[in-house]
Amino acid sequence: MTAIDIATATTPTIPARTSRRRGLLRQLIDSKKALAGLILLALFALLALLAPVLAPGDPSLINSTGSQAPSAAHWLGATAKGQDVLALTLWGARSSLFVGFTVGLVATGVAILIGLASAYFGRIVDDALTLVTNIFLLLPGLPLLIILAAFLPPGTSTVILVLVVTGWAGSARVLRAQAKSIRGKDFVAAAVVTGERPLRIMFREILPNMASVVMTTLLGCVIFGIGAQAGLEFLGLGDSSVVSWGTNLYWASNDGALMTGTWWAFVPSGLCIALVAFALALVNYAVDEITNPRLRSRRARRERRG
Amino acid sequence: MRLILRNLGFYLLAFWASITLNFVLPRFMPGDPVSRMFAQAQGTMQPDQIAQLRKLFGLDNRPLWEQYVSYVKSVFTGDLGISITRFPTPVSDVIGSQIGWTLLLGGVALVIAAVLGNLLGIVAAWRRGGVLDSAFPPLLIFVGSFPYFWLAMGALYLFGVSLGWFPMRHAYDVGLTPGFNGEFLSNVATHLVLPALTIVLVSIGGWMLGMRNTMIATTAEDYITMAEAKGLSPSRIMFRYAARNALLPSVTNFGMALGFVIGGALLTEVVFAYPGIGYQLLMAVQGLDYPLMQGIFLTITAAVLLANFLVDLVYVRLDPRVRVR
Repeated sequence: MTAIDIATATTPTIPARTSRRRGLLRQLIDSKKALAGLILLALFALLALLAPVLAPGDPSLINSTGSQAPSAAHWLGATAKGQDVLALTLWGARSSLFVGFTVGLVATGVAILIGLASAYFGRIVDDALTLVTNIFLLLPGLPLLIILAAFLPPGTSTVILVLVVTGWAGSARVLRAQAKSIRGKDFVAAAVVTGERPLRIMFREILPNMASVVMTTLLGCVIFGIGAQAGLEFLGLGDSSVVSWGTNLYWASNDGALMTGTWWAFVPSGLCIALVAFALALVNYAVDEITNPRLRSRRARRERRG
Repeated sequence: MRLILRNLGFYLLAFWASITLNFVLPRFMPGDPVSRMFAQAQGTMQPDQIAQLRKLFGLDNRPLWEQYVSYVKSVFTGDLGISITRFPTPVSDVIGSQIGWTLLLGGVALVIAAVLGNLLGIVAAWRRGGVLDSAFPPLLIFVGSFPYFWLAMGALYLFGVSLGWFPMRHAYDVGLTPGFNGEFLSNVATHLVLPALTIVLVSIGGWMLGMRNTMIATTAEDYITMAEAKGLSPSRIMFRYAARNALLPSVTNFGMALGFVIGGALLTEVVFAYPGIGYQLLMAVQGLDYPLMQGIFLTITAAVLLANFLVDLVYVRLDPRVRVR
């Protein structure tokens, strides 16, 4: 299976002691990139939470004539149907962020289970799980998403399920590689000899030592979840009655926003997806730089030394 | 050789898994899929279309294993059933007539993104802290954060609708007869610019960052110091010593990236109404053409697996370490 092993050059070094993990959080806040990302994320989370206050009432309510350009009454204009784009975007954040983070958490959970089991038990369990992971990794994601979503009954839970099924494999592979290197350390062997239960060793001994890798895979999964949900809904495979960034784009494209030149119907939702993904990527990038000293810029390294 | 055979076995296994998934999905779907489709088609379905669907979805009262065997057999002989939206064209014909456009779009975009991204990565890693190294990665991550199809919509709106620089839909102008003449080829090329550009923009960042990171690791190797001590020219060290060795992960990524690019190309095609299989997939989804959907899924899977196998062959040629093991 050598040829399909991607050399992950960014595999961070293991923070060995718990004190360094606390350091990771502080370093995150110190890093400008991460701080910008975190602030952006917090802002979006706040907007999503406050949507009922900021834009009260049903967002898909038709309250103006169609295709109005941005004005004082409708800050971001109105869609071809006459819905307020600002309200749609604010309410869309709720579904998009909810699905994105749920998919991220569940997919990472599955990946942790598979990766840890694979690394801890080794041999045949490892072979079998690696085989399954590699198959899922190789099947083209979007077509798989589409046929799964097309056959299952439509709805938010289907979208989440389908995204988890197609999204866990990449993380499982990274986590397995990391867990495997920790599995070989002496303190794990010591834990085995003292007769600790496998589950305890996996979750109390191995897992805490790979917190930063779990974090990067989690962020990656959330980015995937938000983007893939939007793609799926854009194709009309989500629940088109739910207001989310993806369905906003679906309706914009369906109502011919591109051809009639109503750019305000599709720009806000897409921009929001990109900003959230960008914020997550920034945090991810910062975690990578903190845990992998080689990637740190020379200047930062010199400061550290001095 | 053993490695290649082992990987071939793995790819066959993966393909078998996707066939099985295709077989299982309609049979475990809640309710009777055929009557649901029939209801949604609102009486426009002919009796032989219904019979065809019943056969495909295993509602013909044969034992399950027998259906399975015949399904696998028909897939391997290229029989993917009959399309519903384009009845009575076989699914394989529908796909065959359109896959060329997807290969053209995906191939052009993938090659441009990989070559350009790797070059940028090499230079960025070589000049650590330079403009390319500090300004480009965040910018590319930002561009890469946009959903493919949204960037495609933006490009279409800006360059197609507002500025009118490029054609807005399809792969060539209506009324032009396809052929190998200058007029047709240049027409195809102008139609290709916007869709390919959006895919390149989104995917180039991944290539660049990947290359940059491996390249940074490579430049720390002793043989680079050695080459510098020998007084070789910097460009020679950069390309012949460092980049050459850092390129290996990128080769593996190429096979993997194909799956992502195809996924992205699917959505991009939808926005530009580009007549490839992605656009066809959308038509299939909207027309509840399940046989066509499954056929497209299998075709794409087969293409991705084949590409990965070819990459393996190249990899064995490139990396002697693999051959020894």
